[in-house]
Amino acid sequence: MMKLNVIDKQILEQVADLHSVPQGAYNIRRDGEALDRHTTANINIVPKSDKPGIDIFVKPNTKGESVHIPVILSKTGMDDMVYNTFHIGEGSDVYIVAGCGIHNPGSQKSQHDGIHEFHVGKGARIKYVEKHYGQGRGTGDRILNPTTYIEVEEGGVAELEMVQIRGVDYTKRDTEVKLHKDAKLIVTERLLTDQKQKAHSIIDVELIGEDSSAQIISRSVAKDDSKQVFNLNLIGLNRCRGHIQCDSIIMDNAHVSSIPEITAKHSDAQLVHEAAIGKIASEQLLKLETLGFTEKEAEKIILKGFLK
Amino acid sequence: MLKIEDLTLEAEGNFKILDDINLNLDKKKLYVITGPNGSGKSSLAKTIMGMYTPTSGRIYFEGQDITDLSITQRANLNIGYAFQQPPRFKGITVEELLKLSLGKNGAEELDLCELLLDVGLCAQDYLKRQVDGSLSGGELKRIELATVLARQLKLAIFDEPEAGIDLWSFQRLAETFETIHYKYDTSIVIISHQERILNLADEVIVMREGQISELTTKENFLSKLENDADCRCRQSCEKGALYDEVECYR
Repeated sequence: MMKLNVIDKQILEQVADLHSVPQGAYNIRRDGEALDRHTTANINIVPKSDKPGIDIFVKPNTKGESVHIPVILSKTGMDDMVYNTFHIGEGSDVYIVAGCGIHNPGSQKSQHDGIHEFHVGKGARIKYVEKHYGQGRGTGDRILNPTTYIEVEEGGVAELEMVQIRGVDYTKRDTEVKLHKDAKLIVTERLLTDQKQKAHSIIDVELIGEDSSAQIISRSVAKDDSKQVFNLNLIGLNRCRGHIQCDSIIMDNAHVSSIPEITAKHSDAQLVHEAAIGKIASEQLLKLETLGFTEKEAEKIILKGFLK
Repeated sequence: MLKIEDLTLEAEGNFKILDDINLNLDKKKLYVITGPNGSGKSSLAKTIMGMYTPTSGRIYFEGQDITDLSITQRANLNIGYAFQQPPRFKGITVEELLKLSLGKNGAEELDLCELLLDVGLCAQDYLKRQVDGSLSGGELKRIELATVLARQLKLAIFDEPEAGIDLWSFQRLAETFETIHYKYDTSIVIISHQERILNLADEVIVMREGQISELTTKENFLSKLENDADCRCRQSCEKGALYDEVECYR
């Protein structure tokens, strides 16, 4: 039985909404080592033999089960790299939570690079939630560089929720998705940066199969002197539909670049991109002030709603 | 209850948007401010709410000088304002916005369903909707009215509330104005050109070129409209159904 200290608990709550050991299958990694693991009749977790990381096998037609694979970094000077591969069996429907939290108490940087691969079988469905979070009073940087490869077979659905709310000094998130016939991708990305933080998000989606579809909704808030860059890219190779919606609120001295890109290599590909950057509309603040909120409170309400 | 003294609001180049306004509004009365576009109606309302700072003059609310108070402070004195063009909020649902409107002071729990019905919307359909671009202008306007009706105000100001409201709910809206008027003793100021709204008024304030040109009763004001034989359009107007499309200032 694993022992969780206060910091572990704080981080698990932030990145995985966990208050105790999760139900179902899980693998908890702390400071580069597996802390605890649990498998079920339908979901097996096997450590990789050639490199750090795990293989997660979900049996075909497994429904309504969940897998939690949170990562905790609680020391300064950590450089943790992990390879996780998900094999999602045909016709299954699973919920996967894979957050990472860094508590950096010292002056050296702490970094976690998670490389996740998903093979979503025919007609299978995953909901993948990835939350990133940093804390700790140390001056060392907290760095998170996730790379995610997803391949969705015929009729499969991948729903991704990628959230970085606070405390991460630098992030470069790379997401590559391949969609086959009738496969569907839904991505919601939410990002908040402040102070001198930098975030770069790259999402490349190839719509390979007939009638595949992709929807990417990215919402971000950039405060203080932080910088954000978004490269969201759809490539339509068949009859398909794709929509990118990239919406940023900019404040203080922040910089935001939003670079959506759509490429069609088939005359029946329908691709749309929308991108907007702007500050909080003054009318929104005024409206909430007329309801009795101060300007600061109003700002908080607006940002909370926007990033919800 | 609300006393406005020598209120002037100047734009750049000394252009007077409001020109020496003096007004006394009594408790529990319903006032309609009317007048041509650009006569200063909305500016007056926004100055009362604190959204515009007057160049000179004072505003007193229940004896207290509120001229230098912020919008938030005025809101907390239970003054409210319904926007002519309400803003949208991405990610915030109708239910959340209405709950924010109920106030921090733990105002008596109002029935949100009832509230939406009062503005002609079905709660089942709307509570979970986001107050964003997916709502039509008319829907947004009704929700805006609901956010103001949710608050038990001493003074409620409605800036052209009828725009985007159809006939059926218009009737309901009129009843709702009367209800809050009596139930919560709310004094109401409505900016409107609509004869049907003018019909609700205890007093009509007519504005022209930044000044109050007339303070009268609805009977007086409406009879003037009736007797205006010079209006070449009156006949067409009387055929009906044009009220929503044509603004009549006569």
